[in-house]
Amino acid sequence: MRLPSDSVESLLLSLAALALAAILFGAFVALQGLDPLAVYWTLYLGAFGTRFSIESTLTQAAPLLLTALCTLIPARVGLLVIGGEGAVVLGGLGAVLAGTALAGVPASLGTILTIAAGALAGGLWIAAAGALKHWRGVNETIATLLMNYIAIALLNHLITGPIRDFSQTLKAQSWSIPSSFMIGNIPGWSVHWGLVIGVIACAALHILLRHTTLGFSFDVLGGNRRAAQMAGLPIGRLLLLACFLGGAGAGMAGAIEVVAVHGAASESLVIGLGYTGILIAFLARQNALAVIAVALLLGGISASGGLLQRRFDMPHAATTVLQGLIFLCVLASSALAGRLKPRRSVA
Amino acid sequence: MSDVLSRRSVLTGAANVVGAAGLLGAPSRLWAQGAKPITVGFIYAATRNDYGWNQAHAVAARRIAQLPGVKLIEQERVPETAEVERVMESMIQLDGAKALFPTSFGFWPFIQKIAPKYPDVLFVHAGGLWKEGDPKNTIGYRGYMEEPHYLCGIAAAMMSKTGKLGFIGSKPLYFIFNNCNGFTLGARAVRPDATVQVVITGDWDNPVKEAETVNALVDQGVDVIVANVDSPKVAVETAERRGIMSCGYHTDLSALAPKGFLTGAEWNWAKGGDFVKAWQTGGTYPNLYRGGFRQEMVALSPFGKAVPQNVQDTVLKARQGFIDDTLKLYKGPLKDNKGTQVLAAGQEISNTDNGFKLNVKWLVEGAIGSTGLQ
Repeated sequence: MRLPSDSVESLLLSLAALALAAILFGAFVALQGLDPLAVYWTLYLGAFGTRFSIESTLTQAAPLLLTALCTLIPARVGLLVIGGEGAVVLGGLGAVLAGTALAGVPASLGTILTIAAGALAGGLWIAAAGALKHWRGVNETIATLLMNYIAIALLNHLITGPIRDFSQTLKAQSWSIPSSFMIGNIPGWSVHWGLVIGVIACAALHILLRHTTLGFSFDVLGGNRRAAQMAGLPIGRLLLLACFLGGAGAGMAGAIEVVAVHGAASESLVIGLGYTGILIAFLARQNALAVIAVALLLGGISASGGLLQRRFDMPHAATTVLQGLIFLCVLASSALAGRLKPRRSVA
Repeated sequence: MSDVLSRRSVLTGAANVVGAAGLLGAPSRLWAQGAKPITVGFIYAATRNDYGWNQAHAVAARRIAQLPGVKLIEQERVPETAEVERVMESMIQLDGAKALFPTSFGFWPFIQKIAPKYPDVLFVHAGGLWKEGDPKNTIGYRGYMEEPHYLCGIAAAMMSKTGKLGFIGSKPLYFIFNNCNGFTLGARAVRPDATVQVVITGDWDNPVKEAETVNALVDQGVDVIVANVDSPKVAVETAERRGIMSCGYHTDLSALAPKGFLTGAEWNWAKGGDFVKAWQTGGTYPNLYRGGFRQEMVALSPFGKAVPQNVQDTVLKARQGFIDDTLKLYKGPLKDNKGTQVLAAGQEISNTDNGFKLNVKWLVEGAIGSTGLQ
């Protein structure tokens, strides 16, 4: 799949899709007998209205910045990867295994290695799907979707037996990483450092994709595989690398959930971070910088979900409906890509 | 510390502007006289219409909302992760909640973390896990469900044709064993030859396994079941479909089995309203509150249509025994189901002896099956 490179058109299409989704959700809300404007005002309050809301939004957005990359980077080489959920789990498991094995290592080095191990685990996981695609022709979308279930089954197996912390009786969870490896909050904020890591990752990726020969090679391959072959680009290596980098992003998200929030791996890793990441990658139209803005928007929607429940007695699924509508509208708007202008310049 | 405080006051101010019913203005509950308005937040781990644990709390929430000056806010499907910390803080900061009921057992560690930060908010947890050293603005409360199970056992044994009853437990934990023992002791009090087939599924919530277990029990001749799982809905419905009788657990399940429902063991979480009242008026409250019928922490579901008057009378008489404290659940002579003597003749355990109950790792004589512990 190739999304339009023309950024003005991209922006307009995204905004139009968002507006349409907002109107549809407003109609849905009105059908429930509620005032759409009041609901949107509450959504705003819960997402950005107070400092507490903003902190909630940023905390929600932090892992999404990274899980979006799992779909975004492979999309640049023309692959549709939806395995972020599994890569998050693998990242969390990798972080726990590395973190517990590295007990005794100085704190900051331990943290870095723990996060790196998570990124490596997630990267190899998605790279495996890339390898299946390249050498065996297995559809990467189906493969990564199914691998999510394998990852969750693996997590459940490990945390209920081999790496279970049996002193935790309330719920099944893995051994804990040393507390010295935990990363704290950004000073003065109730938001952990994962947010900064995510923003840096998105910015670095933007530079990589837009201003390096590697990024250019990705785009050539994604635009026209034949042309890439003719130009002598190493197709297999590029596919694997794109998958690895994407998986590493989601894996890092899982690792950060461990080192910043939970301290251990458990079912708490499986909360849809990977799936929301897909939505963000689409909405950002594979632009790494746009991911930051979109992650904030969707983080805000998640953050305000509770307030909507409480103020309007709306079902828990209401914000999921809004996210679903956004996704549908964005998909639909992709069909319009390239048709807003009379002629599209050939990339 | 001062940094935290100043940030909190900023947040409080902001939340006030947002219009949290103006509740945040009064800085200290000590100034309160009478029932000033209070916002009470209930947090559920699953949906509140689960015919189980969560519904029992949602029912209580509605009763507490009837108290003067109480405004209820609710949020469901909150996972047992750091997410619940955010939800608690959001209720405090954005809705001005001054009393919170995070109802899931697994929310406790998060409550312990948040409570010291908000000394003007009361945190009430269903679990009875509070111990000395925990924050003073937290309360743990829990009911002795073995008492209503004893009553269910009486009804079940009197109604049963085969004398074979079934008990489905979730986890091999002390309170499940106590409930099973209560059910068995009640049954054998009115019918000494009654037996209780015990199955521990190992999961809080595993509807498929629960339905299979009910079917297997029916095939063995069991004709009354009770299921100690998060939501006994599937077990009770399966029993009804197979034409046998059932007792409820957690909340009133009579609607699920119009023909075979006898009665049920219910929590009375609405007792938490007393804590809210105390907090509202600056009164005293316990940090740990456990009890049975006498302490109003448990209740009995309304009787099903099938239950005749004589059975109802026998059950209600036993309930009065618990209320008057004339009836003891554990009393000698008592053997476990491996033949070991637990209590000698004449020995009695107080109904409020929590220490004894915490150490129950055995099933009484008449219960067929094992605890699942080695």
